[in-house]
Amino acid sequence: MYPYNYHRPTQVAEAVALFKASDDPMYLSGGMTLIPTMKQRLAAPTDLIDLSGIEEMSGLNATAEVVQVGAFTQHNVVARSAQVQATLPVLAQLAGLIGDNQVRNRGTIGGSVANSDPAADYPCAIVGLGATVVTQQRSISGDEFFKDLFETALEPGEIITRIDFPVPTRAAYRKFPNPASRYAVVGVMVADFSGSIRVGVTGAGPCAFRASGIEEVLNRELSADAVDGVEVPDAGFNSDLHASGEYRAHLVKIMAKRAVADLLHS
Amino acid sequence: MSETDQTTQAQGIGAPVRRREDLRFITGQGQYTDDMNRADQLYAVFCRSPYARAEILSIDTAEAMAVEGAVGVFTGQQMVDDGVGDLPCGWLVKGKDGSDMKSSPHPPMAARYVNYVGEPYAVVVGTSLAAAKRAAESVVADFKELNAVVDVATAAHSEQIYDGIENNLAYEWALGDEDATRMAFAKAAHVTTIELVNNRLIPNAMEPRACLGCFDAASGEYTLYTTSQNPHLERLVLSAFVQIAPEHKLRVVAPDVGGGFGSKIFVYAEETAVIWAAGKLAQPIKWVAERGESFLADAHGRDHVTRAELAVDDTGRFTGLKVVTTANLGAYLSTFGSAVPTYLYGTLLAGQYKTPNIYVEVQGVYTNTCPVDAYRGAGRPEATYVLERIIEQAARELGKDPADLRRMNMIQPEDFPYATPVALTYDVGNYEASLDKALELIDYNSFESRQAAAAENNKRRGIGFACYIEACGLAPSKLATELGAGVGLYESGEIRINPTGSVSVFTGSHSHGQGHETTFAQVVASQLGIPYEDIEVIHGDTGRMDFGLGTYGSRSLAVGGSALVAAGNKIISKGKKIAAHMMQADEAQIDFKDGNFILQDSNQSVSIQEVAFAAYVPADYPEELEPGLSEKAFYDPKNFTFPAGTHIAEVEVDIDTGVTTLVKFVAVDDFGHIINPLVVDGQVHGGVAQGAGQAMMEHGIYDEYGQLQTGSLMDYCMPRADDLPDFDVDTTVTPCTHNPLGVKGCGEAGAIGSPAAIMNAVTHALGNKDISMPATPEKVWRAIRGE
Repeated sequence: MYPYNYHRPTQVAEAVALFKASDDPMYLSGGMTLIPTMKQRLAAPTDLIDLSGIEEMSGLNATAEVVQVGAFTQHNVVARSAQVQATLPVLAQLAGLIGDNQVRNRGTIGGSVANSDPAADYPCAIVGLGATVVTQQRSISGDEFFKDLFETALEPGEIITRIDFPVPTRAAYRKFPNPASRYAVVGVMVADFSGSIRVGVTGAGPCAFRASGIEEVLNRELSADAVDGVEVPDAGFNSDLHASGEYRAHLVKIMAKRAVADLLHS
Repeated sequence: MSETDQTTQAQGIGAPVRRREDLRFITGQGQYTDDMNRADQLYAVFCRSPYARAEILSIDTAEAMAVEGAVGVFTGQQMVDDGVGDLPCGWLVKGKDGSDMKSSPHPPMAARYVNYVGEPYAVVVGTSLAAAKRAAESVVADFKELNAVVDVATAAHSEQIYDGIENNLAYEWALGDEDATRMAFAKAAHVTTIELVNNRLIPNAMEPRACLGCFDAASGEYTLYTTSQNPHLERLVLSAFVQIAPEHKLRVVAPDVGGGFGSKIFVYAEETAVIWAAGKLAQPIKWVAERGESFLADAHGRDHVTRAELAVDDTGRFTGLKVVTTANLGAYLSTFGSAVPTYLYGTLLAGQYKTPNIYVEVQGVYTNTCPVDAYRGAGRPEATYVLERIIEQAARELGKDPADLRRMNMIQPEDFPYATPVALTYDVGNYEASLDKALELIDYNSFESRQAAAAENNKRRGIGFACYIEACGLAPSKLATELGAGVGLYESGEIRINPTGSVSVFTGSHSHGQGHETTFAQVVASQLGIPYEDIEVIHGDTGRMDFGLGTYGSRSLAVGGSALVAAGNKIISKGKKIAAHMMQADEAQIDFKDGNFILQDSNQSVSIQEVAFAAYVPADYPEELEPGLSEKAFYDPKNFTFPAGTHIAEVEVDIDTGVTTLVKFVAVDDFGHIINPLVVDGQVHGGVAQGAGQAMMEHGIYDEYGQLQTGSLMDYCMPRADDLPDFDVDTTVTPCTHNPLGVKGCGEAGAIGSPAAIMNAVTHALGNKDISMPATPEKVWRAIRGE
């Protein structure tokens, strides 16, 4: 790790001010990606602005319509929250599938979403549930948030403070984990909002996206078999040691089918 | 075992004693190399080649030395200039034409050329790890990149890497009768042919390699703490070949070591450079590998391509086996790298069967990849994989039950000793006994109902066998040296009965997870009738025990345990003389049993503790006898030991995703007598997990430029608990006939039998469609689709 200046503000505005005043700053949330990258000397921020001291960024609030998750909330807090389990069980389930216990104890939803790792789980929930990403200056629609590989709609210095998940009628998440890293090779979220279906996909492309072709057939007929007829083109899909784009495209369909089956049985 | 009866103590031979070392390991009190610290120690960081093959044009260290905290920068060339010798390969293999193997130059750190990604070419020493890292980044090396040779299958037809080593061939080795085998094939009723890849593995011991090199200028003595499976061999090599210091001025300590699996047998660049630099700077230097360095530079395992043919007569008997293998040796011949794909591989190709004609040819090729050497099983998993895959294939082609085909070809109990056509003589075994028990445990007769149940769930279930044999207890020194080994392969043991009756046991064997501190104490407790709690087992320090060849090849108990029995016999023999004097009797009238020296036909006896006290306080003592009760022995094995058994795997393949799940695994092994069944079960479980890793997950992959693609645990998939079912583990026993404990060794069996059993199950599930290891989801999915 290269030397850097460490800050631990207690207010969002203070964090933003520190960011603007620094040469090459980075926000530190759970640090699950940033810290290893710095240890490998692949990242060298001049200033690290630790968000853990900002109380307003932590915590959960659930109503019948919306589940609000503070950006600094750790995965295990979401996974184990009785409120989330009761209101939006698919989110608790998804959070419980991320990484391992150590990661779930440290990693945060804001950090995960802001990083836009193509194989992360949370982005699938943002897209699949049509969440709203709230920052200190605006609200961003989940559909508009993920732009590309490690690229989001966030502007420099912008901090995610909270994420609002609308509560669907029912929803299911299926993940095909990478056997080594346990990141998603493919993850699919299927959500039913009073008959209107959303399908979010992670792992397959450069960033999480909605599978409009699958949504279309499921809006006509909500059944696992309906997915069979969909063409999932693999153009632009990720291809690596573990899975070709073609195999990922196949897995999108299989995971979507399984998610639909889960959803219908929920 | 000894002349005394074996007595069953609560913590003696055969008792499932919980490992005494585990408490310190699981409570964080182990003393590993990284726990060793010196007040004035410096820290080493290695500069490693970014290229698979390149000429080093220049290395500029000025900027590095200007970094605050930098103490020294040493290049590979400086070591060579200082007279530091090459890292030797300890086994000279001769080619089939009688020529010596061709060794590439192997300076500890690269001097003129780098030959694999991650090869160190300089070491930077600093006052802190951070300073050393900063300085290492400031070393400016100028390389001229050269074409890399990476692929094992084509290496012999690729650009020549080394001057004088044509076709990149270290050797073309052969074993067996080629003409007789050819004749057998000419007369065969059926010939089965198979082409196999044995995937490259990367060891990944939990504790990465580490060392702390110290030099005491006052005495001129060097002390090297290091993660070694064989500290005496490390000292021997560093003294005799590398020329660091004479043996009496070099102490090597291998303290608690967190796993080795073979990868810590070898003498590596890093500890060599560190101990040398510690002498140059007259200050202690520590180095601890990061996981990424382990991936790049710990010797890898396996990496063979093989074509095999099996000749079968019209009754199903095997009449001939021909195997042609190309083995990747990596960029250099590592310490035992030459022996693994030859003498530890070709000699095992008879397996459990009476195949009369066997011929094997092995091409050992250099490539621009990390050196390949022994990894759990070392040659024997590769041999088992060839033999058990081709037999299963033959059974499918002939429409025979794979268990029946094996059974009718097995060597029978009355055939022992059995001389194979590939140089070994098996002393004892009962292969059908293991097969029968395994069939019963897996409930073979109802496999089809399990298969049908799986089909209901859209899964294909397959079953696969492996009836393996291995040669352990390496090895009779005379035989080993005749075959090219550079060292004898005996073991030493010493038993010191202390004046108050407690016992210090010293072994040249080394435990890095095997549990010697428990099992060796059980052996001594049983032999000498001394309470287990009173016995301490000490290992891993050239300063504390005479000599040793260390731990690998499942040799510790068969060879090291036997040395302790020999030392114990000397204790008993001397004790009888002392006891006879104490009871005013003749030595011939004394028996030893359960810790007591008993005067025959009397009610008189003295305990071994009383005898020990008399030996150290010799007030009334035999005149002709030396005081003290401490004995040493060296034990040279008379033959290899031959553990064998049957492994049966059942897998289920998800037709939609290609995900293969190991759902059932039975291992029935014959390890001879068992000292501690808990430890043996643990060894089998760990071995099977590693074998399952090879079969289903692990694969060390280089790209065409020689860059390691699987350089971290994010991409290199190690098996985890939730990848594996409960294993059903049992044993049969035919005691080894030639060592005093009747033991054979159990450390590698799990990794030897399981890859073949699992891949036979996978190919069975796939309707006999062949795929190469590991059976990863996409590969299996494509096979299901008929690609």
